[in-house]
Amino acid sequence: MAGMVQTTVRSKLSLTGLNMTFGHGNEVVDVLENIDLEVREGEFICLLGPSGCGKSTLLNIVGGFLKPSSGEVVIDGEPVRGPDPRRIFVFQERGVFPWLTVEGNIGFGLFRLSRQEKARRIAHYVELVGLQGFERAYPHELSGGMKQRVEVARALAVNPDMLFLDEPFGALDSITRLEMRRELLRIWRAERKTILFVTHDIEESVQLADRVVVMSTRPARIRNIMEINIPHPRDISSRRYLDLRDSIFEQIGLAHKI
Amino acid sequence: MKRWEAYTLPLLATIALLLLWHWSVIWTHTQVFPKPADVQRGVFELFRKGLLLGYTRDSLYRVGVGYGAAVLLGIPLGLVLGWNPIAAQTTNPVIQILRPISPLAWIPVSVLWFGVTDAAAIFLIFLASLFPIVLATMDGVHGAPGMFVDAGRNFGLSTPALLARVVFPAALPRIIIGLRIALGVAWLVVVAAEMIAVDSGLGYLIIDSRNAGKRYHLVVAGMLLIGVIGLCLDTGIRQLEKFKFLRWGFYHE
Repeated sequence: MAGMVQTTVRSKLSLTGLNMTFGHGNEVVDVLENIDLEVREGEFICLLGPSGCGKSTLLNIVGGFLKPSSGEVVIDGEPVRGPDPRRIFVFQERGVFPWLTVEGNIGFGLFRLSRQEKARRIAHYVELVGLQGFERAYPHELSGGMKQRVEVARALAVNPDMLFLDEPFGALDSITRLEMRRELLRIWRAERKTILFVTHDIEESVQLADRVVVMSTRPARIRNIMEINIPHPRDISSRRYLDLRDSIFEQIGLAHKI
Repeated sequence: MKRWEAYTLPLLATIALLLLWHWSVIWTHTQVFPKPADVQRGVFELFRKGLLLGYTRDSLYRVGVGYGAAVLLGIPLGLVLGWNPIAAQTTNPVIQILRPISPLAWIPVSVLWFGVTDAAAIFLIFLASLFPIVLATMDGVHGAPGMFVDAGRNFGLSTPALLARVVFPAALPRIIIGLRIALGVAWLVVVAAEMIAVDSGLGYLIIDSRNAGKRYHLVVAGMLLIGVIGLCLDTGIRQLEKFKFLRWGFYHE
């Protein structure tokens, strides 16, 4: 049954036998151990694990910023050789360029387009992330949530087919974080990108993902992959949601009591 | 400090210093050192003769050309050396040896190469401003957050485009600090250069007034002019920090 689904939807990304070690000589740290993962086109994947487990390293390898010690990263049938504008990495809001306005940031990657096309794209994405009226504002004049929107819009504007998000909402307050999740899901439904989303927040992963890849502490291995088959918008007090969430809590070895 | 204090206190201090100066000259019965009023007379005298504007213009011209050339060469050089570790390693010994040599030590060489001309003074100013600019630019490149560089590469920028659109703007706040230091140094050096290598300008005014009959009221007038113009230059270059696209590097809201 699972096999049937996979044959009908094209495999977007496949990781095989991925290992990563840092350092050399006696001071070698194993960061990733034998990672195998298949991601389907248009899928929303959360990589969930404790802080410092190596999930960001994994994302950096998939993004082409780091070379794995061994193993293979294949996207659309081609091995990854470096960063590529078809796949954009979204950092925490600190990744926006502080010397450019909102417009300047969103249009940053559009240098191959004509003036009119560029302006049209910028306007479209300003609207998509709800920043109308702030086109000429500089990042230091914006809140953390607004900066994060700028970064997401900057990534989407070049029309990539994959987005890599590295704890993008980690620095935001909890209310803004909830809003941003809803926004991201709305954008994901509108634009149908394949998303790899790194988080250490269990609730966040169950709210967002089609599948949650639960990782172990360092060296990070894939502990389990959880299918979150709840349609959006997800009721976060439903039985199903709570069961899935609690089962992840248990897998990670946390009792859900404080 | 209250608002009125911010203006009155410095004003009072200046008046007190002028009075002290005035009475010191009277009490010591010096025949050589001028009173503030003599200096004021000196400034008016220079202005009437057209020397004040002429000499100021000559000095500013030399600084403008020498400093300007250092900016135009120093920023690209600093970007390349900051970006490319091999280039930096290759040139490091030369830079480290040349850097501690006072620009004033170059005066004989400069006169030998260019004679007693504008070019000699301009060359000295160029040398003196070049190092702070190159080093500040390199420092700015090293300090540019890797995240910005990664983002730039992610959008498919070539290396020159990455340097121009990401590394340079990211380094700009530190570059501007270097520009400010270099301008201060350039203004120090122009005076020294003009004392030896040319026959006009504010440095020349000072040395010439002393040599031609110990006219110390003109010497001190020249010194004060240098101070005032230096202050204006520094205030001017500090305005750069207020540009909106640079504010992030100077003010942390």
